[in-house]
Amino acid sequence: MVSRDFQRTMPGASTHFRRAPSLWSYTHLDAWLLLLLLMLCGYGLFVLYSASGQDIGDVKRQAIRMGAGFFMLIFLAQVKPRTLVTLTPWLYLFVLALLVAVMLFGVSAKGAQRWIALPGFRFQPSELMKLVLPMAVAAYLVRDQLPPSFKQVIVAVLIMAIPTALIMKQPDLGTSLLIASSGVFVLLLSGLYWRYVLGALAVIGACLPVFWGFMKPYQQQRVLTFLNPESDPLGAGWNIIQSKTAIGSGGLSGKGWLQGTQSQLNFLPESHTDFIIAVIGEELGFYGIAFLLVLYLLIIFRGMILAMRAHDRFARLLAGSITLTFFVYVMVNIGMVTGLLPVVGVPLPMISYGGTSIVTLMSGFGILMSIGAHAQSKQRA
Amino acid sequence: MQQETIKDYSQDGRTFKLRAILALVIVTLVLFILLGRVYFLQVVEYDRYAAISDRNRIQLQPVPPRRGLIYDRNGILLADNQPTFSVTLLREEISNIDETLEALTDLIEISDRDVERFRQRLQQRRRPYETVPLRFRLTEEEIAKISVNYHQLPGVQVEADLIRYYPFGASAVHALGYVGRINERDLETLDPVKYAGTNYVGKLGVERFYEPILHGEVGFRKVETNARGRVLRVLEQQDPTPGADIQLSLDLRLQQFTEKLLEGRRASVVALDPKTGGILALVSTPTYDPNLFVMGISHADYTELQEDLDIPLFNRAVRGGYKPGSTLKPIMGLAAIDSGTVRPDYTIWDPGYYQITPGGRRYRDWRRGGHGRVNLPTAIAQSVNTWYYDVGHRMGNEPMARYLRKFGFGQITALDTPEAITGVLPTAEWKRATLNEPWYPGDSVNMSIGQGFVVVTPLQLAIAANVLANRGQWQQPRLLKGVVETTEEGEVLTLPDIVESRPVPEDVVVTNPSFWDPIIKGMVDVVHGPTGTARRVGQGMQYQMASKTGTAQVVALPDDGRYRPDELSERNRDHALFIAFAPVDDPKIALAIVVENGGGGSSVAAPIARQVMDAWILGEYGDEEEELDDGES
Repeated sequence: MVSRDFQRTMPGASTHFRRAPSLWSYTHLDAWLLLLLLMLCGYGLFVLYSASGQDIGDVKRQAIRMGAGFFMLIFLAQVKPRTLVTLTPWLYLFVLALLVAVMLFGVSAKGAQRWIALPGFRFQPSELMKLVLPMAVAAYLVRDQLPPSFKQVIVAVLIMAIPTALIMKQPDLGTSLLIASSGVFVLLLSGLYWRYVLGALAVIGACLPVFWGFMKPYQQQRVLTFLNPESDPLGAGWNIIQSKTAIGSGGLSGKGWLQGTQSQLNFLPESHTDFIIAVIGEELGFYGIAFLLVLYLLIIFRGMILAMRAHDRFARLLAGSITLTFFVYVMVNIGMVTGLLPVVGVPLPMISYGGTSIVTLMSGFGILMSIGAHAQSKQRA
Repeated sequence: MQQETIKDYSQDGRTFKLRAILALVIVTLVLFILLGRVYFLQVVEYDRYAAISDRNRIQLQPVPPRRGLIYDRNGILLADNQPTFSVTLLREEISNIDETLEALTDLIEISDRDVERFRQRLQQRRRPYETVPLRFRLTEEEIAKISVNYHQLPGVQVEADLIRYYPFGASAVHALGYVGRINERDLETLDPVKYAGTNYVGKLGVERFYEPILHGEVGFRKVETNARGRVLRVLEQQDPTPGADIQLSLDLRLQQFTEKLLEGRRASVVALDPKTGGILALVSTPTYDPNLFVMGISHADYTELQEDLDIPLFNRAVRGGYKPGSTLKPIMGLAAIDSGTVRPDYTIWDPGYYQITPGGRRYRDWRRGGHGRVNLPTAIAQSVNTWYYDVGHRMGNEPMARYLRKFGFGQITALDTPEAITGVLPTAEWKRATLNEPWYPGDSVNMSIGQGFVVVTPLQLAIAANVLANRGQWQQPRLLKGVVETTEEGEVLTLPDIVESRPVPEDVVVTNPSFWDPIIKGMVDVVHGPTGTARRVGQGMQYQMASKTGTAQVVALPDDGRYRPDELSERNRDHALFIAFAPVDDPKIALAIVVENGGGGSSVAAPIARQVMDAWILGEYGDEEEELDDGES
């Protein structure tokens, strides 16, 4: 501790203890995290080839998205956390405006109004909010003393609640859940008093019936189906029964790549998107899933290590939130597919087919790497 | 201040680290829970899910056997199988039946009637994953249209099926019966495994009786299907054993010839081969086309058949119950002499009536003045009621009933006419049980001339004629000639075990074989005697025929005993009956004829018998005009 304090109180002293700038410090990239992400992406493409019904076109499209994701990662790794703090209020207001625009003039697909169409392409502002919201909460909290006061907590909750409500209205339960949790993580990591945590839990518990009333019928159905999937084996319960069957029938070592009968014969719905882990479970077995979980665990550890190394309060709150939100993806998706949680549209990070989440996740890791790279040089808010 | 700020920040840092480590612990814990969940599914519950997964993709599909064919005695195909394609729907794979029906209606022609019947079938109980047919007999173009749109029509299939086809339509339907789609009632009795792939089952007649032989053994195919139920590959196959072909003793040519003779009448003819007991013709008119029933008859067609006053669906040959009238007289005569009631040369004086007690009720003979002296052969040839009144009264119920039973009445003796009825063979016990009355002497008098309570079917009459032709020797009456079996020497006919399912009655053994002589002589004289009741049909006959005419009253005669056909509406006229066999010394055919409301046995039924026999014995199938004659009993 002493030496750390010493280092800290001696501006520029650290540079003397550091080796010559390596490729990694020069590019602001984290070698460990990058390696793990590359492995994850490679594994994802490998599985996707099978899950998409051996559609090489899908694999190519996914690879291009990953490329775009890595581009964003490298780009954002170069942006200093300080810059982000100053930009945050404007970014937050801008994305919020986009969300309102979605509500007013958005494009609908499959019963949900989530997209803004621009000439040539369309995008989901809610994806941007996944990055901007933790930034906004963190930037607001670090303006004052930590742990946050009651008033600060209320304002932070408001910052979170507005976009969450807008996204829930689209409706997009999965994304609003991820966004809300990214804000909550910032609060929790900021040292939120436990009594507030307990109080919040009590309030949420009391509000659950009200919340139920606000849910769309299909969302209610999902919860009911989760509670008793066998009640409607050919209807709403079908997905979960089939995914559990796919995973269960894979056994320890799986039926072999491309050999899964549940996935290849179309018994498994959404096999290349939200339910792709069932394909891994069926074809590559318990070992295949264990390998994936180890990769995820290492990524989360690495992310938290980077967060803990950061001395900037904004940076470490943001880094911690990004890492833990990544974990929420994993938990909700696998929990849903294995029947532990209700069906919520959350993709399996880096593995599920689909563009937006990969780019967003990679962007988050870019910010994380920037924070890691600037950990020593930045000290104060 | 500076110092404090620094301290604060490090305090923040420690809090952050604590929370971060706490988060990592929770993360690790949750990931282990997820891994544990996966372990539970994949290792602990592996067997269960592996089984579900196999059940998902592997289906044991039954392969129905080909139904055996039915030939007539000359090898003419009477019941064939024709390949047809039908479009079927699998309920389990279809979320919205209406949408699917709509989509199909856009593709191929589906009438409202098809839809209505489809919905009926859908309501019925059926095996899980059994397809429900929507439309039959698809054209190639329609099959192509559906095939192209397969991917948009989950649960829709084009199925090839062999469907029963009766090339001769309405001919012999009352002998053959027909097959129809298996319905809810059938499912209760059919073995669900054996019939797993079968859609049709014999409903009537030969098709019903020989169902176990014709059906064959089901085969199985293990197939891998995708989630939409489409078969991707066959993993294993066990071929079905086709049903055996059978050959009937029925002669299609004689059958059709006879049907033509009876055209426009409500009538029945059953002809047997005395040597084998084989049924040569089993005709009941009017008739109907069994092909209507195979794929389910339409409501309109069925109503039409049902509402026809001539009830074409009614199998008169085996289910028509008639009073036999005088056709029983040869058997009554034999009963009288063989039971020892009277001697074979027993003679009476016939004044035209008979009285049980002097001055009592007069039982009339058909000839008002009477026949004078009458012996047994005359009593048969001229159908003298008085002779029978007399011996009937002497015999009483028991010998008459006993001998009638020996000739097959009151029971079912034909092997393979599953719808046959027993008729009524009245005994004293029977009368006590059904009418709660004792047997009166007058009942015996009535019974002696085939009136009163006796009810017989044309089939029973033909069988009795056959036993008479064989002088008491029984041959099992049946339609089956044999089951076609392919051996090294080619195709041979064998008799299946099912033949044993109905015991053949014991031969009619008389105390003295010569007792047959007056009976046969009397029957010969019916046609060939100078005063025989049917002597007109004997003109120019190239063989000897033994026969007996009969007339059954439909309405009671007025008190004066006069029958005035002109005053009666057509449906109240007497039924004309006739039994015969020929040639007498070497019988080749024995038959019975019933023409409802035909009038008299000699005038209407006897000429038909002559034509049928000419056709069978002499091969004369020429189109002769029916001789119409009246007179006689």
